[in-house]
Amino acid sequence: MPEPGTGIGGDPTPVTCAPVLTALEAAPLRGSATTAGRAARRRSRAPLPVLRQHLSGLLFILLLAPLGARAQDAAAGYADLASGNYNRIAAGVTALGASGDVRAETVLHALAGHTLWAQRGGGLFIGNAGGHAGHFLDARTGAPVASPPPDLRPVRLSNRVREALDASLALLDLRSPSTPRRLAAAESLFDTHAAAALPVLDRALASESDPDVRRALAEARAATLLSARPLPPDAQALPAVATLRARGGLPARAILAGVTGGDPAIRQAATEALASIDLRLRLWSIAQDLFYGLSLGSVLLLAAMGLAITFGVMGVINMAHGELVMIGAYVTFVAQSLLGSPGLGLLLAVPLAFLVCGAIGIAIERGLIRFLYGRPLETLLATWGLSLVLQQAVRSLFGPTNIDVVTPGWMSGAVAVGGLTITLNRLAIMVFAGLVMAALTAVLRRTPLGLQMRAVTQNRRMASLMGIATPRVDALTFGLGSGVAGLAGVALSQIDNVSPNLGQGYIIDSFMVVVFGGVGNLWGTFAGAATLGIANKILEPVAGAVLGKIVVLVLLIAFIQRRPRGMFPLRGRGVET
Amino acid sequence: MTGVRTTALACVVASLLLAGLNLLPAGSALHLPDFAVGLAGKYLAYAILAVAVDLVWGFAGILTLGHAAFFALGGYAMGMYLMREIGARGVYGNANLPDFMVFLSWTKLPWYWHGFEHLPFALLMALLVPAVLAGLFGWLAFRSRVSGVYLSIITQALTYALMLAFFRNDMGFGGNNGLTDFKDIAGFDLHARSTRASLLVLSALVLAGALMASRALLGGRFGSLLTAVRDAESRTRFLGYRPDHVKLVVWVFSALVAGAGGALYVTQVGIINPGEFAPAGSIEAVIWVAVGGRGTLSGAVLGAILVNGGKTLLTGLLPELWLYALGLLFILTTLFLPRGLMGLRAGGMRRLSLRLRARSDAGAGAAP
Repeated sequence: MPEPGTGIGGDPTPVTCAPVLTALEAAPLRGSATTAGRAARRRSRAPLPVLRQHLSGLLFILLLAPLGARAQDAAAGYADLASGNYNRIAAGVTALGASGDVRAETVLHALAGHTLWAQRGGGLFIGNAGGHAGHFLDARTGAPVASPPPDLRPVRLSNRVREALDASLALLDLRSPSTPRRLAAAESLFDTHAAAALPVLDRALASESDPDVRRALAEARAATLLSARPLPPDAQALPAVATLRARGGLPARAILAGVTGGDPAIRQAATEALASIDLRLRLWSIAQDLFYGLSLGSVLLLAAMGLAITFGVMGVINMAHGELVMIGAYVTFVAQSLLGSPGLGLLLAVPLAFLVCGAIGIAIERGLIRFLYGRPLETLLATWGLSLVLQQAVRSLFGPTNIDVVTPGWMSGAVAVGGLTITLNRLAIMVFAGLVMAALTAVLRRTPLGLQMRAVTQNRRMASLMGIATPRVDALTFGLGSGVAGLAGVALSQIDNVSPNLGQGYIIDSFMVVVFGGVGNLWGTFAGAATLGIANKILEPVAGAVLGKIVVLVLLIAFIQRRPRGMFPLRGRGVET
Repeated sequence: MTGVRTTALACVVASLLLAGLNLLPAGSALHLPDFAVGLAGKYLAYAILAVAVDLVWGFAGILTLGHAAFFALGGYAMGMYLMREIGARGVYGNANLPDFMVFLSWTKLPWYWHGFEHLPFALLMALLVPAVLAGLFGWLAFRSRVSGVYLSIITQALTYALMLAFFRNDMGFGGNNGLTDFKDIAGFDLHARSTRASLLVLSALVLAGALMASRALLGGRFGSLLTAVRDAESRTRFLGYRPDHVKLVVWVFSALVAGAGGALYVTQVGIINPGEFAPAGSIEAVIWVAVGGRGTLSGAVLGAILVNGGKTLLTGLLPELWLYALGLLFILTTLFLPRGLMGLRAGGMRRLSLRLRARSDAGAGAAP
């Protein structure tokens, strides 16, 4: 690592010098302060259009140009920052980034954070973002200022200033002792790939020991090399093409696509690299679609599992199922507000939603559905009515608008796995759906209640004759299914808008899943959810979201014509009853 | 099906009366405001839909959760005619293209809009399109013996898919906004009092016609067969009948009736948009029939008018309460009034006659 203040711009190349000289010529002499910053300030008024075109390149060049009197440059840079003119500010940023002044990094970060204030007389202060309250530091010295300086205005950012700021900060960061910062800086330089950064990259590569940062630096260097016109000789360009090919991704693709001139060998290598990158991109995009499909499938699975249980055991279609899901989401909201901690609230909401929705389910079964056994269509209507009542009740209690359910920190964000972007909340929901399904299977297979439920499913009358209290089993089954709906609500609150209408959006889809998978069969529900989820997400890019959904619905209607009882129909004597 | 003829007659007479009251001078004490005529027309269109639902649910045992699809398709056919009738009077003044197409910078009319400038064609389509769709759907569904809750769910999926489709701008039906801003019908100003009164009476006539046609269809041999299919489909099949054909006939006829209702609805409400396809609307139509009394036809008319009247009142006075009321209506009707208001009346009559007979018997016993 070069020492701060000595490294950057140490060995000028002719390439970097020439435009600087042109720029200096273009700038009229202004006393002794013919600094890089001043030269750049003149740039916008310079009669040379070429210079304007190569704006960002020039900024880099200025950054890397040999600068003898660093203190003087820094002073001029500070003066430019205080000038109030965007071009001068940008030039000042660049000059400061190159100056190696000990205060430069702090000041530039203050500028990026909107906490840099300027005085008309040239004074420069670091304060707070809010305004003139609080205490200020002198930007040049870092000394605290006793009383708030008068006549302050913020140093504002334009896009041009931001560009210069990013470049300066990245170059400063390359010397940072922190590995992640060096890595980020190298990646940022890959994105800008301005030709002038090449010497710095070379030097950083020579002294870098961390393999990840080395790779990023090499990639940035390759991108820089291949963006240069004319292209460097084959000996340099071919390894660069190989580096970019190995890196892959859209930015690398764009740079390689730009390699049109030059040697046939290079063009050939670039074309092959393009094909290889395209193939990988396509494969990753298929993998991404699969991930989204599985994610949607797990959401559908959660929403449909409870329905599969209630419908499977009792032949009851519960149209209020979606509202139980919605109530589960509201339980999450309440738990989070009561505990004041999103993470704990979410964890508490899991058992709480199960209990609340389970209790509501038992109440529905005892109060409504048991009077309607053997009349499935009437049950459908009555539970639809119930869904309207529940919806309106929640609307009266919590208001009709979306409520804010917080995603805890450990569930937000995304990780990149190769070309895949895996959002953590969706991953968590997939895991959660798997856990719920496993738990439910265990309950159905390993507990006495599960045994009784299955007995009632297969032959209600026989089960009753064997001494199973079918009404109790019915109530508990309905409670279980409703509790699972509540769990689905907890999960959905993390990815969807939570409003009283939440359930309606899922009810038709969940029915499709249950009908598609076959009634009363958890694995059928699982297969149905996964198939529908993936089919939806694969059709979406081809046909558009809405048309994809329509196609899925039509296919489903056609499927039911062929297999009226789903993919995995129940078999046995009790089926027809 | 007692009293279907009376119901039909009552509807026509009532509509004539309302139209007449509306045509009285505004100062008169008996004058009926214009909005009431529009409301009555809307209720009658809904009553036609209810009759259609009752035909399949009450008489064929098919709980349809997607009949609003046929209603809305009829409505869209009529809306397309009304849209073309606007001509160059639209905002963009384009005589060949409806406003929304100009807005989407379409250059020519899609092929399926051709012919809709003629009223007879549009009317034909308002009946034919729902009937063909129902025929296709019913043929597939009944042939593979999809029944019960499964059938209900796929009817719901049908209307849901259509709703999503009609929301798309590319479909060429105005997308989200649907078709609206109509000017006139067959040369008569749609906003004129006389036109609106005539449409009200026309709706009543169509409703009466639907009722009488249904009565004729259900009255004879076919009606008995339909009842047999409803109550014991397998047994009917084993006797050598084709339940799928029987169901298909009544299903298609019902879709036709619903389409006619939709066409009348659009002329009087002045807008048709994809919201009409919403599954909730179809289920609401079922509750009208349930409230009135399933399998009676007259009950469907009664239920549609009462529930929608209640909706108008409640949403005006206490909007928050409407969904509670509707939800409770579903629950209470299915729990306590399985045969609807008509059942109440029939039950009341029977109880009354039983009591009278018991009294006369007791009188006869005491006499000697």
